Amino acid sequence: MAGPRPDERPQPTARRNAEGIRVDPDAEAARPRRTAVISALVEHEPGVLSRVSGLFSRRQFNIESLTVGPTTVEGHARITLVVEETDPGIDQAKKQLMKLTPVIAVGELGSDAVRAELVLLKVRGSEPDKVHAITEMYEGRTLDAGPRTITVQITGDERKIDDAVDAFRQFGIIEIARTGQTALERGDSPTTPGEEPGHSAATDDAAADGTSADGDATDQTTPNYDD
Amino acid sequence: MSESANPTADPADPDEADEADAADGAEPADGARTPDGAVAAAATPENGAAAVVAALESADVQTAFGVQGGAIMPVYDALYGSSIDHVTMAHEQGAAHAADAYGVVAGTPGVCLATSGPGATNLVTGIADASMDSDAMLALTGQVPSHMVGSDAFQETDTTGVTAPITKHNYFASDSTTVGDVVGEAFALAGTGRPGPTLVDLPKDVSFGETDRAPAAPTPPERSVPDPEADAESVEAAARAIERAEKPLCLFGGGVIKGNATAEARAFAREHEVPVVTTMPGIGSFPEDDELCLSWAGMHGTGYANMAISHTDCLIAVGTRFDDRLTGGVETFAPGAEVVHVDIDPAEISKNIEADYPVVGDAGTVLGQIDAAMERSPAAREWCEQCADWREEYPMDYAVDPDEPVKPQFVVEAYDAATGDDAIVTTGVGQHQMWAAQYWTYTEPRTFVSSHGLGTMGYGLPGAIGARLAAEDDREVICFDGDGSFLMTIQELSVAVRENLDITVVVLNNEYIGMVRQWQDAFFEGRHMASEYDWMPEFDKLAEAFGARGFRVDEYDEVAGVVRESLAYDGPSVVDVHVDPREDVYPMVASGGANGEFALTGDQL
Repeated sequence: MAGPRPDERPQPTARRNAEGIRVDPDAEAARPRRTAVISALVEHEPGVLSRVSGLFSRRQFNIESLTVGPTTVEGHARITLVVEETDPGIDQAKKQLMKLTPVIAVGELGSDAVRAELVLLKVRGSEPDKVHAITEMYEGRTLDAGPRTITVQITGDERKIDDAVDAFRQFGIIEIARTGQTALERGDSPTTPGEEPGHSAATDDAAADGTSADGDATDQTTPNYDD
Repeated sequence: MSESANPTADPADPDEADEADAADGAEPADGARTPDGAVAAAATPENGAAAVVAALESADVQTAFGVQGGAIMPVYDALYGSSIDHVTMAHEQGAAHAADAYGVVAGTPGVCLATSGPGATNLVTGIADASMDSDAMLALTGQVPSHMVGSDAFQETDTTGVTAPITKHNYFASDSTTVGDVVGEAFALAGTGRPGPTLVDLPKDVSFGETDRAPAAPTPPERSVPDPEADAESVEAAARAIERAEKPLCLFGGGVIKGNATAEARAFAREHEVPVVTTMPGIGSFPEDDELCLSWAGMHGTGYANMAISHTDCLIAVGTRFDDRLTGGVETFAPGAEVVHVDIDPAEISKNIEADYPVVGDAGTVLGQIDAAMERSPAAREWCEQCADWREEYPMDYAVDPDEPVKPQFVVEAYDAATGDDAIVTTGVGQHQMWAAQYWTYTEPRTFVSSHGLGTMGYGLPGAIGARLAAEDDREVICFDGDGSFLMTIQELSVAVRENLDITVVVLNNEYIGMVRQWQDAFFEGRHMASEYDWMPEFDKLAEAFGARGFRVDEYDEVAGVVRESLAYDGPSVVDVHVDPREDVYPMVASGGANGEFALTGDQL
């Protein structure tokens, strides 16, 4: 075969970065990761969670948390995923999710979306008054109190939960169970595109509570779980 | 070999007998098996299995490939007397590849069947292969009875779990009344939008369970049906980008063929005089004897295609997922190009290469939209001349010396010259695959049937069987195989003989797994660890043992005669060509390298 050797051929000067994006070599910079909250409305059928989690693991998306639960619509469930990725990675995660047959709609929540998680903490029961004070401070509830252990529930956004866990450390945390974040879009914006509410009175009330409560780190209003 | 593959073993197997008893005793549907064994698989099925077959018939399935076994027996029983032609394969992997290739050639999803456990897991390679190449295929697998699922029963595997990552979607059938609908939906889904394999797992009690409901017409889930048209705004933007390009280049991928968009693709490139490169799966989307065509780009693509892709300023990529064998390192892929990316699957947009102009929609429809939106063609005369110069500079070439062993490229060209444009080539995976892709001039879609994304050695022969059954009788089907690749699924030769399929298997035999040997020479100091296959059988004699015709070629002057005879033989023949064992595949872009820095010889790597 004839033709110039590789080093004698005209070569392009432009470059792409590792994500296939055309870049100015001088301005090329590593793309930062960011945390995104993705909400997927799915058919509530066996195996759907495994399809979603399998998708994320095999595509090596860096998943922080995943929560799932039914919605007001019969047969639908909402999966809330928190991923830490670059922008193209987040975009790809959303598009891959949308390809799964049982996935109805996918939305990424804005920074002002309502987010909450829940933690159960079991601490030593030797100082019940102090434990109670901290629980009050974080607007939590005592779920179980005995001579040796006290179990409390705290809800709120991620930062509040982190702070609460820190505060309880002084008593000696025996066990901890923490959900991931779950989230809804604020106000009239649908959480996933085209989402329409179902018509179950009881659940509608609960949803209304959720949207009015616990928006961000400064807002310490807690949803009323005492119903 | 799976136990499932031997139907006579099942009754003798105590475990299998127990399982069958348990199934029969557990549910009231025992009587669903009609005494005369014939199940009317028409509008009114009698059981789930008959509904499955009725759904396939309603989808106009003509041919299905599979292997019998315990858990799939009710479905096979329902195939008795059906209009569907069932081809028993020697191994389930063969069934999956045959169904895949059948689908590629026929343009409708291929169908394969297997029993539970080993039957299903043997399909896995073929399903993964179809998934990587976006080939429409429906796999039906038997499953242990529902009440035994999860108990680690005899021949139980979590088939939906195992195949979830390699199917477009899969289904666990749970109800005899709806199983026919589910199979119809799975079939329709496989061929909808971006094609892919689907699977339905069929527990034995669901197959046996009574139902008299005729399955609904095969319909994909509504959400899975994409809009063929792209939005006008993205079309406009793409049209403007193409108009102002000085070095435009079309890149046609497998999606152009799968989307039946070759006519629109050809018209677009010719109308606007834009040079064309294809991907390997896109081979046949544009005629390689057209002066605009630079053949295929990528690791072993032509030098001129790789030069063009390195220097284009506007890449019009249609139906490609920018696989790494095409792009090399993404940092150096078409680095100066604005990328117009047309694809039916939004998730392919900017997955590997960022699209400056994403256009989501059906390939043919969108090309029509872009064409309509363009007010002028790009001014690219100089660029076209440059591409022509590169074609002169880096010709596809090899040296023939009558005293040396036969060059494999020569054999490919000899068969190409002896056959028409509609001949179908299937291949295994390895050096022979690259020579078959490089030295055959493809002019029509669905004539190059190969394992691209997964790179499955052994695809060639079962692929040829599937292609043969999908193609009209007067078309030639030629399988170029390697010695290593052929040996992986050689048992399917028994099927070709039984069915008297007119297939010519040309083994480019170099007594190596040659691509590995080539890489060892390039990157492992020539240490041929486990790549020497000097213990290969004599394939011509083995062919005769199977009942096929066998030919052997050692010298150049034998080639022409054997080409003629093997093509003339009406039935399966195997041509064992002892080729130059030192021949390497070039050009070559080093893994992750820049396309424009393709090596023409080993010392350029």
